[in-house]
Amino acid sequence: MSAQPILRLANIESCYGPITAIRGISLDLMQGQIVAVLGANGAGKTSILKTISGVLDPLKGTIEFEGRKIQSMEPDKVVRLGISHVPEGREMFPFLSVRDNLRMGAFIRNDQKEIAADIEKMFNYFPVLRERQDQVAGQLSGGQQQMLAISRALMSRPKVLLLDEPSLGLSPLLVKEIFAIIRRLNAEEGVSILLVEQNARMALDTAHYGYVLEVGRVVMHDTCANLVKSDQVREFYLGLHGQGDHGKRR
Amino acid sequence: MLDFVQQVIGGIALGCVYGLIALGFVLIYKATEVVNFAQGEIMMLGAFLSFTFIATLGLNYWFAFLLCVISMAILGAVMERLVVRPILGYPQFSIVMATIGLGLVIRSLVGIIWGTDDLRIETPFTGGVVRVGSLVLAQDSLSIIVATGLLCVILYAFFRFTRVGIAMQATSQNMLAAYYMGIPVKRMFSLIWSLSAIVACCAGILLAPITFIHANLGFLGIKAFPAAVLGGFGSIPGALAGGITIGIVESLSGFYLPEGFKDVAAYVVLLAVLLWRPQGLFGSNALKKV
Ligand SMILES: Nc1ncnc2c1ncn2[C@@H]1O[C@H](COP(=O)(O)OP(=O)(O)O)[C@@H](O)[C@H]1O
Ligand SMILES: [Mg+2]
Repeated sequence: MSAQPILRLANIESCYGPITAIRGISLDLMQGQIVAVLGANGAGKTSILKTISGVLDPLKGTIEFEGRKIQSMEPDKVVRLGISHVPEGREMFPFLSVRDNLRMGAFIRNDQKEIAADIEKMFNYFPVLRERQDQVAGQLSGGQQQMLAISRALMSRPKVLLLDEPSLGLSPLLVKEIFAIIRRLNAEEGVSILLVEQNARMALDTAHYGYVLEVGRVVMHDTCANLVKSDQVREFYLGLHGQGDHGKRR
Repeated sequence: MLDFVQQVIGGIALGCVYGLIALGFVLIYKATEVVNFAQGEIMMLGAFLSFTFIATLGLNYWFAFLLCVISMAILGAVMERLVVRPILGYPQFSIVMATIGLGLVIRSLVGIIWGTDDLRIETPFTGGVVRVGSLVLAQDSLSIIVATGLLCVILYAFFRFTRVGIAMQATSQNMLAAYYMGIPVKRMFSLIWSLSAIVACCAGILLAPITFIHANLGFLGIKAFPAAVLGGFGSIPGALAGGITIGIVESLSGFYLPEGFKDVAAYVVLLAVLLWRPQGLFGSNALKKV
């Protein structure tokens, strides 16, 4: 792990009309790391990712990617630089086939042969997608759609992957499977990952570093190893009390 | 019987023109949820351009056709950029009003540039006939049917197989996801307008030999609109089927029924079909998934 931030947010503030969603967020994603952003519903997690992608323009602050300022850039330019977004709720192209969804993930690329090879690679990560490659995405189950959403984002060969609640609405078993793949992607492909989650347990087990978000502000950040030990995180995000090891997930 | 077949074929030819204009409505609507009420006027502009290229400048028909298509592709993108993009995101109503305004502007510009006389063009098919047994068919009408068929095959291949065509579908199915994939969404909107202007232009040039080119030609858009609704507004094959249905009904009612029925035939058919199938001939019951 080299200590070079590939993505750095400094004092980012974004709003939807009169509603301020994030208020001065600073955050570093180190090259090759997985960084988790934890927070309750409405804390502003999705808004952070949308601001990075250029779908939401920040009022204030800077975003640096590989040392280059990218705040308020058009979304397609951001993708071309190497940042890819797996949106909350998966956002399929419901009437396109699985294969065409993957092709759209590679829209910014022109190397047809390599694209075909990458599609094969995605099918190796998620074999069920190979079986379903000619079906339209709208017919897939939630878990399969999440797999497709992740594969589709990887098709642009990103250096940074933004993952918005990949566990949302999936069975515990599927969540485990998805997170195992996320770790593999990070280890094998070297892609740096900014992971937004409400499922704090999974996120802290997976990430190297974590930020805790409350109503649009970072209230705590530390290595995940330290965060798991912190009382506040144990109580509010892991649903554990005191030193007891057994607790229920929220 | 011979009359009947002849009327039906004439109806199909006219219906293809309605269908192509309706296709223009549908393309733009599917991608941007904007109903472009200037579609008929854009078709008319295509017809007038063909007059300039073919009759005034005396260019070869096929070359002139190509020039018209290229000019209209550019004009379509320009219209999107100037009229629609600045107000995108405002209420639907403002955009609809803007396209109606655009139609009026085109109509008056056409009047200023080309005058208000009836114009005509000659094509390689003018006056030609094809005989099938005792059936005599005008080549002009047949050319419309053949060209529409070709255009549909090209459009189908474009949307099904090309990267940009699939990206247009993707944009119309989920705009946010299109942004996330790095698809330049705004450029896709311009392209859709270009494409729909090309289709309208083809309709205009095909129609020109069987009617007069006149500043009121754009009103045909008002007949193509029921064709789009009939087809389910959002279905490309539906738009064509709707257009052809209306064309045939109009042609037959013009021949067999008293004066006047012809002009309301489109709406009668529309109402009847909508009572039976409110979602249109090809529309799906499912609400749009995004
Ligand atoms: N499209 C929107 N329009 C207006 N307000 C929004 C919109 N999306 C999110 N918000 C508001 O912004 C805040 C942060 O939302 P979000 O970033 O979606 O949080 P999270 O992803 O952590 O649940 C919330 O108060 C939410 O109500
Ligand atoms: Mg969210």
